[in-house]
Amino acid sequence: MADITLTQSPQGVDSIQSSYVAQVQRRRLYGGLTLLIFVVLMVSGFNVADDRNAGGFWDGLHQIGDYPADVLSEAWEKRADLPALMAKYFPALIETVNIAAVSTLIGAIGGLALSLLGTRGLARWPRLIPLFRRISDIMRAVPEIVIALVLIFVLGGGPVPAMIAIAIHTAGALGKMFSEVAENADLKPVEGLASTGATWSQRMLLGVLPQVAPNYISYALLRFEINIRASAILGFVGAGGLGYELRNAMAWGPGRFDEAGAIFILLFGTIVFFDQVSSRYRNRLTEGQGQ
Amino acid sequence: MTATDLSMAKHTADRQFARKRLVGFAIPAVIAVYLAYIFFAFDLPGLAQRANLENAVTLASDSWSHKVHVTRDNRSGEITYAVEGERKGRYPDGTRPDWVSGDDVLTIDLGSGHLVRYLPDNRTEIDIPGFPPIEARAEGRRVVTNLPEDLPDWISASDRRVGITTPEGRVTLTGARTEVFNYFPGWELFWFTLDSPYHGQGVGQILFGARIDPARANITGALSDWWNNAMWRHKDVAWAIGETILMAFLGTMGAAMLALPLAFLAARRFSPIMLLRAATRRLFDFVRGVDALIWTVVLARAFGPGPLTGTLAILITDTGTFGKIFSEALENVDQKQIEGVASTGAKPLQRYRFGVIPQVVPVLLAQILYFLESNTRSATIIGAITGGGIGLMLTQAIQTQKDWEEVAYYIVLIIAMVMFMDWFSGWLRGKLIGRKD
Repeated sequence: MADITLTQSPQGVDSIQSSYVAQVQRRRLYGGLTLLIFVVLMVSGFNVADDRNAGGFWDGLHQIGDYPADVLSEAWEKRADLPALMAKYFPALIETVNIAAVSTLIGAIGGLALSLLGTRGLARWPRLIPLFRRISDIMRAVPEIVIALVLIFVLGGGPVPAMIAIAIHTAGALGKMFSEVAENADLKPVEGLASTGATWSQRMLLGVLPQVAPNYISYALLRFEINIRASAILGFVGAGGLGYELRNAMAWGPGRFDEAGAIFILLFGTIVFFDQVSSRYRNRLTEGQGQ
Repeated sequence: MTATDLSMAKHTADRQFARKRLVGFAIPAVIAVYLAYIFFAFDLPGLAQRANLENAVTLASDSWSHKVHVTRDNRSGEITYAVEGERKGRYPDGTRPDWVSGDDVLTIDLGSGHLVRYLPDNRTEIDIPGFPPIEARAEGRRVVTNLPEDLPDWISASDRRVGITTPEGRVTLTGARTEVFNYFPGWELFWFTLDSPYHGQGVGQILFGARIDPARANITGALSDWWNNAMWRHKDVAWAIGETILMAFLGTMGAAMLALPLAFLAARRFSPIMLLRAATRRLFDFVRGVDALIWTVVLARAFGPGPLTGTLAILITDTGTFGKIFSEALENVDQKQIEGVASTGAKPLQRYRFGVIPQVVPVLLAQILYFLESNTRSATIIGAITGGGIGLMLTQAIQTQKDWEEVAYYIVLIIAMVMFMDWFSGWLRGKLIGRKD
């Protein structure tokens, strides 16, 4: 016995070592190859993007600062007007925030329904789970701009197309996140309620919602931050709010840069403000869970 | 004692219940009040008037059907046949659809007994079952008809313009020209335009049949004609989708590569200098707060429209987002692994490489791949603003307000693209860091 182990162990160590080295080399090779492919993709992708762009990267690089500098210097020259301009665009700002808030609200309600109907163990009609999941997938995949542009054609410009477009995307996105949370919900309260003869909506309202509410609200707040940005962008393609004013102000060109500057500042301030408020509140929600 | 305790407990319980009840009613009430405010702030009552139902009907019917125009120029007498009335959809000289017959008197059969006849001297006869025959003549800029005074609502007539809309097709008459639109279901000329020899040939014919165009092999010829289809521009669409995905890919990966070293500067564990840390964090907040919209606008001034501008806008915005997420991930790394690596005599760089990176890579990869998918959507939107990718093609198609079948096509492609990227990033995540469920 001892003899065998003695004669075998050096061989064993050798083979272990060589196979380990081979493994490491293979892994390095694969890692190197992946890195090489990645670098080639990045470089060639950059070159393609550069070729297909109107202006080249290296020509434009030193001009990046020009436009902001023009806008800011003109806004600074006319800084006395800025408060008045901000007051002028404040209603547009309110509209942008309202679009985001309403669409988050409606989207959250839609996402709630989609998530409860699409979660195993909770669904009202278990056979239809795949259907509701696909619906939520498709709603999530549609970029807001697609629906917004089509609705602008039908409904005319204004906040409503943006609201509907963002709400649809939000419902899909939140539907997925909500259902991930709902999958981990404890089913015992639901069973308890069922034993008392509670209907499906009562079971959901009293048995599931209290468990998942902190996470749901936290996700909805995160979505609200995203939706403020989306609502500003959709305004730029004609759906009202601050983005729309920004496009008009930019179209005027030099001489009216103070207006563009005021809108930039308002937009920046709004995004940062709501980011801070919502992240503080989200932190409180997730920390408060332990208590 | 116990009685007072009990009543105290009951009292607090009652108070809590009252509060719960209040909150339970207050939240829906606040939501209802807010929605009522929005109802008026967004002018929903006025929306009903502004909404254009005709547009909605055109959009809905046009997105799955196409029309063929038969146009008579009333000045020259020339007659053209064109799909969607576009030059690139025109029937080649000497050919015409088989529902048009006759030489001097051109008879257009719209189906179900609806007939339109183009007669010499710019005269037109229209037979519609259940309605007396309509005769019309173009005189200079005017249209003279035998239409009675009270017209059904599917006919609109003035002395300059007559429009007749039936379920089988539409006729418009003006002094300058007479046009008949015949509607057909489906997307027209999706595979080949009319000037291609492969138009109207079956799949089997192209794949296995005799050579159709003597100059080219069937399959390569058909592929190249399809690829260069002037009506649907398959080549441009493919490039546009490629551009959009490229914007998302370059932007996401570039942002990740830029954010990783910066995240070390912003994380308390790795960056002892408070000032540097604070400065990096403010930088992240700043580029995130400026938002992709403003970056796009600013960068478009420097680089002009195109995919590069979109790429850089995504890259800059996401550097801020990634920087924040990465630095939070770095704060949460386990010190023990770093100590373990340090105990083998590793230098700082090696400590990062073998002690820190393996811990954070799964978190970072998951975030990067998630953003890759969400940035595909952003790239579509940014492309619409800055002019690049499928977003631009979509906005252009919508702005012309007539190619709704192309709009429908692009929408389907965009949804398919986003769902593909969603699936792809999920698949890659599964391959790289193992599936979560």
